[in-house]
Amino acid sequence: MFEAIVNALGGLTAGVANLHWSNPVMIGIGCLFLFLGIKKDVEPLLLVPIGFGAILTNIPLAGLMEHEGFLRTIYDMGISNELFPLLIFIGIGAMTDFGPLLENPKIFLLGAAGQFGIFLTIGLALFFGFDKLDAVAIGVIGACDGPTAIYVSSKYAPHLLGAISVAAYSYMSLVPIIQPPIMKLMTTEKERQINMSELSTTTPASKTTKIVFPVVVTLFGGLIAPMGLPLLGTIMLGNLMKESGVVSRLAKASENEIANVVTLFLGIAIGATMEGRAFLTSQTLMVLAFGFLAICLDTVCGVGFGKIMCWATGGKINPLIGAAGISAYPMAARVVQKEGLKYNKFNFLLMHAVGANTGGQVGSVIAAAIMLSVLKGMGVIP
Amino acid sequence: MDNLTFGLTLMVVGMGGTLVTLALLAVIMNVLKKIFPVQED
Repeated sequence: MFEAIVNALGGLTAGVANLHWSNPVMIGIGCLFLFLGIKKDVEPLLLVPIGFGAILTNIPLAGLMEHEGFLRTIYDMGISNELFPLLIFIGIGAMTDFGPLLENPKIFLLGAAGQFGIFLTIGLALFFGFDKLDAVAIGVIGACDGPTAIYVSSKYAPHLLGAISVAAYSYMSLVPIIQPPIMKLMTTEKERQINMSELSTTTPASKTTKIVFPVVVTLFGGLIAPMGLPLLGTIMLGNLMKESGVVSRLAKASENEIANVVTLFLGIAIGATMEGRAFLTSQTLMVLAFGFLAICLDTVCGVGFGKIMCWATGGKINPLIGAAGISAYPMAARVVQKEGLKYNKFNFLLMHAVGANTGGQVGSVIAAAIMLSVLKGMGVIP
Repeated sequence: MDNLTFGLTLMVVGMGGTLVTLALLAVIMNVLKKIFPVQED
């Protein structure tokens, strides 16, 4: 009888007995995410489910990430097969207005320059000894685009998925802190004061142009970089539904119900990959450091290209808008507007920055698509 | 393929490819705006 009681009590203490030192640390990190999401309003839609997922997966013996466990089922349902980021992309497409970009298409080039950090970071990660595919997945943090980073890392570096997702979303929310010092450092006061409100080269786009645009981008981008067609096709499908106006129920469902449900599953499944023993490694710290560097390099390249465009147009383009060439939409555009107003209180850069920002959204997807197709061409991926 | 060749190739083709693709898209957008001008709506 006594032995039976001892055995029964042993069952109740097994969870505590099997705690590895890394589990309480990760539970603490999960609680920190909850605090940041709930109290500080930092990306709450993602940090709350990610934080709670991290807590769940670090409680020993629950088996949530084992075969047929509840978190493993969600992970297999949409992360390991890349479905969730693609569904999110349909919602992003349905939310995005490419009008400001279509008004001034040359701003698209800033969306390309804003992705250069991806490729520079890949080079640096390779230099520091990362495996080829790991370096690629780390570099994609520089896309400043959570779903793209998750898509690439879940496909080619699933062991880094937790760290890459956390880095991507954390740095996206830190854009208002990361970008301004770089913008200031790279531009002169005179450049920051350039007023773009009288720019005469912008012409509005018709409704037909807005409807044809996603189809043309899908065909053109898909033929050049077919490996990235899932990314490009889903964002453009969402945008086509929005612009056509004939399937508003589907467009609204994509940007609301579907995006909400998928964000919940995506967040909790990412949190589930943050098991202490796998997450608390020097590699994770390196991923976080390279992710930060990638976003800094994106900003440097974007503003640098903005300076080139400023020079090429005889000083008509304010180089600050180059910082919006990343994909963090619409945060990067707001940062540009705020910084522009600091130096010229009559300067409204917002619409131009939104154009560059939406260019950055397409640019990040195109960059990832091109990268995947180049990798396939080089035989690095099947 | 060694890491240096891989990294440099990816950087040159990746950055160049992204820039050229988006530049071509910008040209296509200008053409679209000419084919479907605002007056048509």
